[in-house]
Amino acid sequence: MVKNTSGAAPSAGALNDALVSVRNLGVSFRLDRKTTFDAVKGISFDIPRNSTVALVGESGSGKSVTSLAMLGLLPPENSIIHPASQILYGGVNLASMPIAELRKLRGADISMIFQEPMTSLNPVFTVGWQLEEVLRLHMGLSGRAARKRSIEVLREVGIPEPERRIDAYPSQLSGGQQQRVMIAMAIACEPKLLIADEPTTALDVTIQKQILDLIAALQKRRQMSVLFITHDLAVVGEIADYVVVMRNGEIREQGAARAVFEAPKDTYTKALLRCRPQLERRPMRLPVIDDYIHGTGPAHTEERKRGVRPSDPIVLDVKNLGKSFYSREGLFGKREFKAVKDVSFKLPKGKTLGLVGESGSGKTTVGLTLMRLHEATTGEAFFEGRDLLSMPPKEFMTYKRRIQIIFQNPYASLNPRFTVGQILVEPMQIHGIGESTQARTDMAFELLDKVGLPEVSFYKYPHEFSGGQRQRIAIARCLTMRPDILICDESVSALDVSVQAQVLNLLQDLQDEFHLSYIFISHDLAVVKYISDEVMVMNEGEIVEIANSDEIYRHPKMPYTRKLLASIPKGWQARQ
Amino acid sequence: MATSAAALGSGTRSSVREIPHTVSPGLWTLAWRRLRADRVGMVSLVIVAAFIVMMILSGTGLIAADWNREVGVNYAPPSFLGAETPAGAPAAVVGPTGEHAAQGSEYKSNVVDPIGDVLEQLKTGRSESQPAAAPPTASGAPAASESSSESVDPLAAVMADIRAGKGVGPEVKPLERKATLPFGGDKWGRDVLKKTIKGSETSIFVGLASAALATFLGTVFGAFSGYFGKWVDDAFNWFYSVFSSIPYLLLILAVAAVLQQKGTLTIILILGLTGWTGVFRLIRAEYLKHKGREYVQAADAIGASNIRRMFLHIFPNVSHVVLVQLSILVVGFIKSEVILSFLGFGVPVDVVSWGSMLNEAQNELILGKWWQLVAAGTAMALLVTAFSLFTDALRDALDPKLKGRAGA
Repeated sequence: MVKNTSGAAPSAGALNDALVSVRNLGVSFRLDRKTTFDAVKGISFDIPRNSTVALVGESGSGKSVTSLAMLGLLPPENSIIHPASQILYGGVNLASMPIAELRKLRGADISMIFQEPMTSLNPVFTVGWQLEEVLRLHMGLSGRAARKRSIEVLREVGIPEPERRIDAYPSQLSGGQQQRVMIAMAIACEPKLLIADEPTTALDVTIQKQILDLIAALQKRRQMSVLFITHDLAVVGEIADYVVVMRNGEIREQGAARAVFEAPKDTYTKALLRCRPQLERRPMRLPVIDDYIHGTGPAHTEERKRGVRPSDPIVLDVKNLGKSFYSREGLFGKREFKAVKDVSFKLPKGKTLGLVGESGSGKTTVGLTLMRLHEATTGEAFFEGRDLLSMPPKEFMTYKRRIQIIFQNPYASLNPRFTVGQILVEPMQIHGIGESTQARTDMAFELLDKVGLPEVSFYKYPHEFSGGQRQRIAIARCLTMRPDILICDESVSALDVSVQAQVLNLLQDLQDEFHLSYIFISHDLAVVKYISDEVMVMNEGEIVEIANSDEIYRHPKMPYTRKLLASIPKGWQARQ
Repeated sequence: MATSAAALGSGTRSSVREIPHTVSPGLWTLAWRRLRADRVGMVSLVIVAAFIVMMILSGTGLIAADWNREVGVNYAPPSFLGAETPAGAPAAVVGPTGEHAAQGSEYKSNVVDPIGDVLEQLKTGRSESQPAAAPPTASGAPAASESSSESVDPLAAVMADIRAGKGVGPEVKPLERKATLPFGGDKWGRDVLKKTIKGSETSIFVGLASAALATFLGTVFGAFSGYFGKWVDDAFNWFYSVFSSIPYLLLILAVAAVLQQKGTLTIILILGLTGWTGVFRLIRAEYLKHKGREYVQAADAIGASNIRRMFLHIFPNVSHVVLVQLSILVVGFIKSEVILSFLGFGVPVDVVSWGSMLNEAQNELILGKWWQLVAAGTAMALLVTAFSLFTDALRDALDPKLKGRAGA
């Protein structure tokens, strides 16, 4: 797959060879009458023919804006493309092209796949109808020819029984199949450039792997170019020929994949490559971006020992936990769906239990049921000798603060109408922690300090903080109740790589200081490996395997665990 | 990201609480800023505010308290038209209620008091210059002397005293009737401008109060229904369905019949009790949406009670919807009040509202007296339009995402 071994930057003198050349692309957004925000600040790069270019960056880096600008999909009412910008494709400048002309190119010459297949497909039309529409519009195919071609394309993207599935509605397909349909629509008209905007981020690891393989195979077979936009360098490493690293609207580094991965020049690129937890290593603290930018390098080199010993005191003992959801069927019938089946585990004090599984495996339901945010159908959970699940709600209130949860999306889990101060003081009021308002306020300030936020934060609203800072606020809110157990439900999944490392470090520091026990729920196996002492693999509501984390990653016993581990993107190393 | 990392690294921090901070703009402040930037919105807000100030001034009796006085001649035209019939309508002196004429001859200029005319004829014994509005019985009445009238009506002497303005009843200063009024006069010679002001007091107050009642009911019902779901939701939905299955006007008439008394309060109750359904549907949907949100789950996790979650956590997040609904309802209810009063189910006769003014105007229009219609109609159109535009601006300010979508 690696074709450019010379390591030359694609921008130098590659104009004739390039399919698309972006020159001085600048995009600003109008925030209100006076202020604008420069999302992309005059960037230049090339997309050579027959190759995969990865555009990597964290949220706010301008990578998606760049791709939308190429297709003329930016919202016209508040975006400004700077007049000096050039997006050259076949001798014409897409940046200054009238929208009607551009529309002819979209879908035919340049097509795009989006992150969320569920929302990108229209739910009221069949897959075939939507595919045929693309063919009708751009290739002028009609009726039978369009249908025949649709079936062909569906077969090409690996949909089983395409003759039957063509009449299915999007909701009848799984997430992975929906993304395949999206890809089928994108490649149906034989585009020369396929723009893939985070096409695998919303998918499970096993499906992510399949989709990545599919995109790589299609690129080769069709001799097209792919612009792959992602935040995950590990994903990029497996498929990219060229890498462009963006931050805050600027290009930090670009070049052949080998050059970027093996000898990154830019400090930010270096940091990005190191911040992600790796499967082989487990430092005491994860390196964070600032370590590199301030030139100090990773502060901790010694490895952390993980694992659970039989002698560890148990804080929570869960036995035969089960949760069923019922849906009505027919007039009187009820259909039972078992989300969690017969799950038993023990959580040792001061340790972390990692809970991994694909979407629908019931891992989140386990967490919510233990907090009684869902009522359990069966089972017991013993905490200090009492069964939490069967006690009356009034009695549970005193235990409620002992088990706390940090949700996945820090943008959604904080009430936007509360100031940070109110968010922190409220749980203390409810549980009567602290004697006076003053004492509670003092404690809130203390906790803000503990999670590394300035004291002014107390007076601010959540929307003034970044994702990582918000997750710190959520953590501080849990800490106000001095819990014994913290359930982290995909708590770092929505965060950027660099911020993820900071929050993981914070969680680790807090565990060291307060001897908290964590139930760490995540689909990201590398993160779970890093933070957990013990790992529990779940599939379809059942426990597949439970073992010490080093053990399970080195010697997985069950086939499902092996399959999961094999799907982890290995990055550049995999290609060596 | 960089700042948080820096903060994580810095371990030195003083324990002083009095740190300097600027109060961050809350969502309401931001919305207000957006509203300020909206020119149409601000102009309409000023108009609405002017109407409300007028309502308050009128309500406290500072202006237009004497709207009921007959200050002008009957159907006095607006000043800019000039007096209609200068010779036929001399400056009249008349008591505020119209029954205290100083002299009989001048009294009859009040053409629409048929009983007064009959009495006049009985008293003077002659029927001179019969007014058009006088009933036929008056014109056909036989000429009678002072004494004969006494034999018919033993109270005639007392009546004469009353007429002369002495004896019974409060002493009232005679008032000079004007030939023209700024916005014209109605059939009693009352000032249309003052009536419009007083009418706006009634109409706006009814609109605001009934919209507040309807929004309150709709919000509380919707909150319970959407938040608790299950049988609570079913119960409210049944109630809602029954309410909305009855034709709106019939429902209003039914409530009016049940309450059995005319008055401003009755109208507020009628409109409030029948108008909550739209708000209910909307707030129910909002609560359904919000109760599944993570911040509500998080509130559950920290142990917040149901009521706390409903009103402390969710309500501020749906309050902009409530506010916009309130604003829409005010416009609707001002119009409803006008319609009700126009149909005669509205305010009692001793209260003036735009609706009752329009009701009077329909008879006047036949006579070519258009000013009361124009005054009430213009005032209502101005307020309703301004309020509607303000509502639009308010919605845009509170939910800026909507504006982009509508414009695209």
